[in-house]
Amino acid sequence: MATSTADPIDDRPAPRPPAPTGARRRRGGHAVLAGFILLAVFMIAPFAIVVMNAVKSKSDYAAHGPLALPHGIDFGNVKTFWNLVDFGHVLMNSVLISGCVALCAVLLSVLNAFALGIGRVRGRTWILLAFLIANLLPQEGLVYPLYWLAKQTNMYDSKLTVIIVFTVIQSAFGTYLLSSVLSAFPREILEAARMDGAGKWRLLWQVVVPVSRPTLVVLMTFFFIWTWNEFLLPLILLVSNENQTVPVALGVAQGEHIVDVTMQAASGLLGIVPAVVFFLIFQRTLTRGVTVGAVK
Amino acid sequence: MALPLVPGRRRNPDRGYPFFLIPAAVLFTAVIAVPFVMNVGLSFTKWQGVGPLHWIGLGNYQRLWHDRTFWAAFEHNVAIVIAMALIPTALGLVVATALFDYIGKRFGPRTASVLRACVYLPQVMPLAVMGVVWGWILAPGDGVLNSALRDIGLGSLGHDWLGDPHTALYTVMAILVWIQLGFPVVVFMAGLQRTDPALNEAAELDGAGWWRRFWHVVVPQIRPEIYVVLLMCTIAALKAFAPIYVLTRGGPGISTDIPSYYSYQNFFEKTQVGYGAAIATVLTLLTLTVTTAFIIVQNRHQDQER
Repeated sequence: MATSTADPIDDRPAPRPPAPTGARRRRGGHAVLAGFILLAVFMIAPFAIVVMNAVKSKSDYAAHGPLALPHGIDFGNVKTFWNLVDFGHVLMNSVLISGCVALCAVLLSVLNAFALGIGRVRGRTWILLAFLIANLLPQEGLVYPLYWLAKQTNMYDSKLTVIIVFTVIQSAFGTYLLSSVLSAFPREILEAARMDGAGKWRLLWQVVVPVSRPTLVVLMTFFFIWTWNEFLLPLILLVSNENQTVPVALGVAQGEHIVDVTMQAASGLLGIVPAVVFFLIFQRTLTRGVTVGAVK
Repeated sequence: MALPLVPGRRRNPDRGYPFFLIPAAVLFTAVIAVPFVMNVGLSFTKWQGVGPLHWIGLGNYQRLWHDRTFWAAFEHNVAIVIAMALIPTALGLVVATALFDYIGKRFGPRTASVLRACVYLPQVMPLAVMGVVWGWILAPGDGVLNSALRDIGLGSLGHDWLGDPHTALYTVMAILVWIQLGFPVVVFMAGLQRTDPALNEAAELDGAGWWRRFWHVVVPQIRPEIYVVLLMCTIAALKAFAPIYVLTRGGPGISTDIPSYYSYQNFFEKTQVGYGAAIATVLTLLTLTVTTAFIIVQNRHQDQER
C-alpha cells in the first residue's frame, strides 16, 4: 500500500493537455466537464437543500416553500429537535461506541494477524476462511440470538454489549486484510529482531506495529466510520434514549412521525454534520484506504 | 517487495503464536458462532420469543416456499442488487475512467479530485441518515421534489413517490444508486492508478476512439477491482435493512419488503421467531452462495489469463 500522505491523484505530475485539434474537440471537452458538473450538483443538491431548510423558521418555510433561500438564519428547529432526542447525549454515545470499537477491533486484528501473517500458524488458510465467513454473515442471522443472549445475561441496552459485538464483527475484516499485509512483512527485519533476542511480545509491539502503523490508522478510520453508520444491531440492542446512537435516534424519530417537515430537515442536518466532519478529517486516509482492500 | 525465502526449520520453531488467537477464539465463539448456530436451530422451531419451543423440523422452510410475501421480497431484493451493485458498477466505470483520463488530463487533477469527492460524499453518511434526507425530499404534497416540479411548471408530475406501491420500489432504487455510486468510482480510480498508461496511449495512436479504448484497454486492466466492487455491493444489497426501515418500512403494502426486513418483522413485530430465523438462515446461505460463486468465477478468469 502507498505510504505517501498525498492523495494518489494529486501526486501525479499533471500531464500536459494534448494540443487541441480544432474547436470541435475543445467544445466536446467542455461538454464532458459540464456533464460532470451536473453530476456533482446532483450529488450535492440534497445536502445543500437540507442545510438550507434546517435553518429556516417554520413560518418562512410555510410562506416560501423548500426551494427559496432562507430569509434569515433560525436555529429554532435544530434546537427543538436537538432537545427532542437529547442529541448531545446521543452524539457522545456514538463517539464512545465508535471510538472504542475502532481501538479494540484494531487491537484484536493485530493479535490475529500477527499469529496468521507473521507466525504462519498451522491451518491458517482455514482460520482465515473462518474470519472471512464471519465478516460476510448477514447480521440478520445473528440479531435475534444476540438480543436473547443479551437479555439473559443482563447485557441488554448496554453500550458495552454493542462495543463487544462490533469489535468482533469489524476485526473479522481487519484480520483478513492485515494478515495479507503482514504476510508480506520483510523477513529480514523479523530475523534481525530475533537475533537481538526479542521475544514475540516485543517483536509485535516494537517491530510489527510501528512498521505497519499506516495500515492500522486506515483500518481504525474505517472501523470508526463503519461502526458509526451501523443501524440494525444498535436499533435492536439499544432501546433507551440513554444509549442510542445517532443513526438509530434519527431513524426512529422519523419512523414515529413526531417530526414535521422543517424538523425533518433539522434532523437530517444533525445526521449529516458529524459525517461531513469525519469526511474532511479522514479524506486522505480514506482515499488511501479504499485502495488497500481493493486488490488482494 | 521481494520476499526472501525463509530458510528451513529454525531452532526456534513457531511456537507460541497460536496463543495470540485466544482472545479472538473466545470472542468469535460468543458473538458469532453461538448466535449463528442458535439462529439455525431456531429456524426449525415454532417460538414466540417466550414460553415453550416447539420443534417443527422443516415446517418453516415449507411455509417459506409457499409464502408469496417472501418471494415478492426476494424479487424486490433482486431489484435492490441491480440498484446497488450493477448500475453503480457500470456507471462508476464510465465516471471513474472519464474523470481519470479525460477530466484529469484536460482540466487538471484538482478538478478530478473535487468531482470525485462530490460523488463520494453520500458514501460516508450513515444509510439511515440518507434515508431521512430522501424521505423528506420526496415527501408528498409540499415536499421538496414536488415543490420543485411545481416551480418549473410540471406540477402535474407531483407524486407521492414513496407512498404509491407502483413507484415506491423504483424510487428506493434511484436513491440507492445515488448513495452507492461513489464507492465504485473511488475504487476504480485507485485501480486506474496502477494501470499502464502506455497501453492506452498506443491504442489512441492506433486511432481507437474513447469508447473502444475504455472497453478493450481500460476495463480488462481493472478487472480485479470490478470483481471486488461487484461482490461487496451485492452483499451490501442483500443487507439493505437500514434504507428500507427508514424510507418505507417495507411498504406501502409489501411493495418494498426485502428478506432482510421481512426477517426483522417476524422477529420483532409478529414475534414469529422461528419463521424469522428461517428467513435469516436463507439470507445467510444466499450470501455465502453469492460469495462462493464470485470467487470461483474470478479464479477461473485469472486462470484463463495466465
